[in-house]
Amino acid sequence: MLLVKDMSYNAVMGRKNEIMKKAIGVDYDVFSYGKLGFDYEKMMKKVGYSIEEVEKIQREGKVGNTPLYELKNINALVKKYASKGKGARIFLKDEAMNASGSFKARRAAVSVYHAKKHGYKGVIAATSGNYGAAVAAQALQRGLKCIIVQEVYDSRKVGQPEILEKTRKCEAYGAEVIRLSVGPELFYTLLCLLEETGYFNASLYTPFAIAGIETLGYEIANQMKEIEGRYPDAVIATNAGGGNLVGTARGLIKAGAKDTKIIGASVDLSGLHMASDIDFNKKSFTTGHTGFAIPFATWPDRTDVPRNAARVLRYIDRYAKVTQGEVFYVTEALAQLEGLERGPAGNTSLSAAIAIAREMDEDQIVVVQETEYTGAGKHPNPQLTFARENGIVVKRGKPVDSKPGESIMIPETFEQLSVTDIDVEELKFNLIRNAIEKSGLNSIGDEDFSFLVEDTNATEEFVEKALKKLNVVYQ
Amino acid sequence: MNKAKRGDWVEIEQILLEANKRADNLPEETKKVPLIQWFKGYLLNDRAELNDEVEIETLIGRKVKGKLSEINPKHVHNFGESIKELMDVGIELRKEIEELN
Repeated sequence: MLLVKDMSYNAVMGRKNEIMKKAIGVDYDVFSYGKLGFDYEKMMKKVGYSIEEVEKIQREGKVGNTPLYELKNINALVKKYASKGKGARIFLKDEAMNASGSFKARRAAVSVYHAKKHGYKGVIAATSGNYGAAVAAQALQRGLKCIIVQEVYDSRKVGQPEILEKTRKCEAYGAEVIRLSVGPELFYTLLCLLEETGYFNASLYTPFAIAGIETLGYEIANQMKEIEGRYPDAVIATNAGGGNLVGTARGLIKAGAKDTKIIGASVDLSGLHMASDIDFNKKSFTTGHTGFAIPFATWPDRTDVPRNAARVLRYIDRYAKVTQGEVFYVTEALAQLEGLERGPAGNTSLSAAIAIAREMDEDQIVVVQETEYTGAGKHPNPQLTFARENGIVVKRGKPVDSKPGESIMIPETFEQLSVTDIDVEELKFNLIRNAIEKSGLNSIGDEDFSFLVEDTNATEEFVEKALKKLNVVYQ
Repeated sequence: MNKAKRGDWVEIEQILLEANKRADNLPEETKKVPLIQWFKGYLLNDRAELNDEVEIETLIGRKVKGKLSEINPKHVHNFGESIKELMDVGIELRKEIEELN
């Protein structure tokens, strides 16, 4: 009798650990301790790569050493609308210059190198973002096959222009693109494919992928030192899955910029359900938004690997959200004032930077650490055209009056650009709550307690208080 | 065009999970529709019409079967309509810079 594998949803999900172990080649168990803890730094050291190794790998893949520009015209307007003595200078790291057009090339370069080194014949990544093109562009250079799995269409086979463009870009680099309708079962498809092909899972959340971004923070620190003779006061990263912020923060620290504040920025999409067939096309941003960012920050291990190396709360000092209309406005400003036409999603952090720079002192420096390529579909015009086609009101108005899924307000003035702070302490509490709920523990010991302190970068008092609130005994 | 021949670049469609076999914890509107996936590749059948069950070879050489959903599929995304609200932003901001100088 032929043994046929059970390919039902539950059966495949049940084989998850076994499939992932083969597809990543990392035994995560060796880093575990206590009931919920694991040694994060040991994992990064043992499985990741050093900055020097990563730099070499990225040079081979046409990645890294991107320019850092001061945005002089935007800075003049920041100063105009800042009170006396305020108005920091903004610098922009032009990551669109990497092969494939975004910072994602950094993590793809390392993942693909690692896959090749360990004898995998191909790589697979589940992503509707810039990462797909990045993996494809790196895989072809190292002679590996590449499959990208994307969530593209709603049940009417209507897809957002931004994602349609990403399909095209992946195909341009020779990848097989599998497009899916809306649903978290994308992960099921990924598992089926990994099992069938034996390819490497180029997950966004492995230690290799995060090590790839460390060069971004490292370069920023060194470039600022060269241009201005000092490290930046703050670096702002667009935050979704967390790797961008975490890798950059680690790179800054490795370069010695230990006092630089790490600020996260996301587009506010609150109220829209990420797995909804209807909400899917009511959002005008497909990445860098709160719909990914908040769940990932408060429960990093929800990903396709057992231990997510992107753990935002370990590094973030401040977290700001901006509206969709503000990001489109700022994208236009970057093109029209600075001569840099770049994709909207990458400008999320620039939008936040303009508001935050106004509050900072005039002798301070804030770095926006990415841009992304632009083109048909990935541009404010098609994204706003699509929004209108889906019943969203697009007009000039105050950002505070916009509502995700209903309206997009293009600010009336530069002065209206603002940020709304997300309470980082609350996110930290929620991470602890998730850790406790997922593990089902009602008491924890010293090892797990220290893990929670590390994982939230909070004080012992904070964690003690949180546990008490959750009725968990610490002994 | 609804007829394809061997070697044509085509798209196929597969129902991956019927509505009643989907994951738990999905919003209602998602739960009532099937999960569908689409592949593109070169047609391996000698001849086929739309909706026929066919086999293709993908860009990396994998063979996949499914229902023929498009022949010579094109990329339909574009630069959208001109968005006057945004064009105005450019004019306004450049004027402000001019005034500052």
